[in-house]
Amino acid sequence: MTTEETIDQIAAELAQFDDWEDRYAHIIAMRKTLNPMPPDHQTDTFLVKGCQSKVWLYPSFDGEKVHFEADSDAVIVKGLVAMLMRIYNHRTPKEILSVSGNFVERLGLTTHLSQNRANGLASMVKQISMYALALSVAHGK
Amino acid sequence: MTRADFPILQRTVHGGKPWIYLDNAATTQKPQAVIDAVSDFYTWHNSNVHRGAHTVSAEATAMYEASRETVKDFLNAARTEEIIFTQGTTESINLVASSWGGANLAPGDEVLVTDMEHHANIVPWYMICERTGAVLKHVPIHDDGSLDLAAAEEMMTERTKMFAFTHVSNTTGVINPARELCAMARQRGITTLVDGAQAVAHFAVDVQVIDCDFYVFSGHKVYGPTGIGVLYGKYHVLDAMPPYQGGGAMIKDVTFEKITYNDVPTRFETGTPSIAGAVGLRASLQASFQASVPASLQASLQGSQHDSLTGTLAGTLACKLAGTLTETLAGFRVLGDTPMKIDIVSFVVEGVHASDIGMLLDEQGIAVRVGHHCTMPLMRRFGVESTVRASFAFYNTPEEAEKLVDGVHKAVKMLR
Repeated sequence: MTTEETIDQIAAELAQFDDWEDRYAHIIAMRKTLNPMPPDHQTDTFLVKGCQSKVWLYPSFDGEKVHFEADSDAVIVKGLVAMLMRIYNHRTPKEILSVSGNFVERLGLTTHLSQNRANGLASMVKQISMYALALSVAHGK
Repeated sequence: MTRADFPILQRTVHGGKPWIYLDNAATTQKPQAVIDAVSDFYTWHNSNVHRGAHTVSAEATAMYEASRETVKDFLNAARTEEIIFTQGTTESINLVASSWGGANLAPGDEVLVTDMEHHANIVPWYMICERTGAVLKHVPIHDDGSLDLAAAEEMMTERTKMFAFTHVSNTTGVINPARELCAMARQRGITTLVDGAQAVAHFAVDVQVIDCDFYVFSGHKVYGPTGIGVLYGKYHVLDAMPPYQGGGAMIKDVTFEKITYNDVPTRFETGTPSIAGAVGLRASLQASFQASVPASLQASLQGSQHDSLTGTLAGTLACKLAGTLTETLAGFRVLGDTPMKIDIVSFVVEGVHASDIGMLLDEQGIAVRVGHHCTMPLMRRFGVESTVRASFAFYNTPEEAEKLVDGVHKAVKMLR
């Protein structure tokens, strides 16, 4: 599935819920799709700055695709991280950098995310993109 | 003042849910009287103060100075000149730390604060200590959130020059016995600053009874506008202090060779002040006089006896809801578990992140604050990174407190 198709799929999933409780329950449940992150990768170096709760992103590169380990100490944020991972994980740097910035609106999340949370999400996306850019430059891709 | 005087409390969020505002320790809402006073000033009286030779400037000046008089009465200061207008509590403390601290602190001197201070009453002292070579020390607290008075007394030595402490903790709501602490300091010749930001909206403050050298608060936490605050200082202490910032109005005479500074309070009020802010503050203080706690409580709140405080405030909405949640929600823990507090409850729920609770409360229309509340040393003392803080004002209702109880239950159920 392309990044665009994944975004459409998540948007469709979220759109089926009429009330906020079900939508949150879905986001919270999504956290279970994350692979466990080794505790020794949950260090301050890999903290994403600008989030209210702690978010760790640990990148690696296999020469073609970027792989992330990710976690958060807050449940809702962890669900949001898992959602981002569905879009961004195991992609080439080019795919990651071509995701348009307005997908949060496309997901219909803006009315539900407080400004702080929206900024936190933006910080995560920015960090993912930075890693993709840095890794692609370092490996000449 | 009643709840009906606050238009914003009628609003809704998230598609028609009543807005339950429990973030009053961050800022209080504004009654119509304050909104009208600010609007009236800009509509009919706007001119600069202390400068113009014209009628409306004189009106603006009179309104600004009338506010100073009202603040003097509000704090029961001995003289009107003892009231200096600032941007808020933070600027007031920075002014004292920089001006008084710069003139009075030397290497080896000690500044004493407490473990329950807001960063605004830590960082300015840290900075002036760095500049002067003085040492910053902090008084510990007990497990129930109250100040260790014995430790405070022990830590006041001949090296201590300043004791700066909060009247009420912004995180836990715990009230410090200000008069007793100031008396302790006074016996040892220590200058005192009391941070009243969280106190003034909840009980009457008499600076002559407390007998502190400085008392500071912000207008916006006592139903007034943002951008206006107060520094009270004893006249002889203020009079001996050098200026804080230089500019217009704070001078008597300027040549390039010699500048003579103005008298107190003008010496400390350079630049165009928040005139509308002062006017709005006056309106809020005049209105909130009627809403303050009963006179019978006021004496005990300023008093030094713990016994007189115990029980008097235990019936607050925060206390009730904390009791209910302690009984009904596993892992619920209050920071600052003492009855000597204002209407604040700061809590954690085991295994659930505070920010998750805050977010799901917001979905239910309930506004609380989540985080460290600018008190990171206090968070560390309690071994937590963040809490959920619900802070009440007199306009909050028992129904709102019940909705918070239900809201927390609902959030935790979704998150666990």
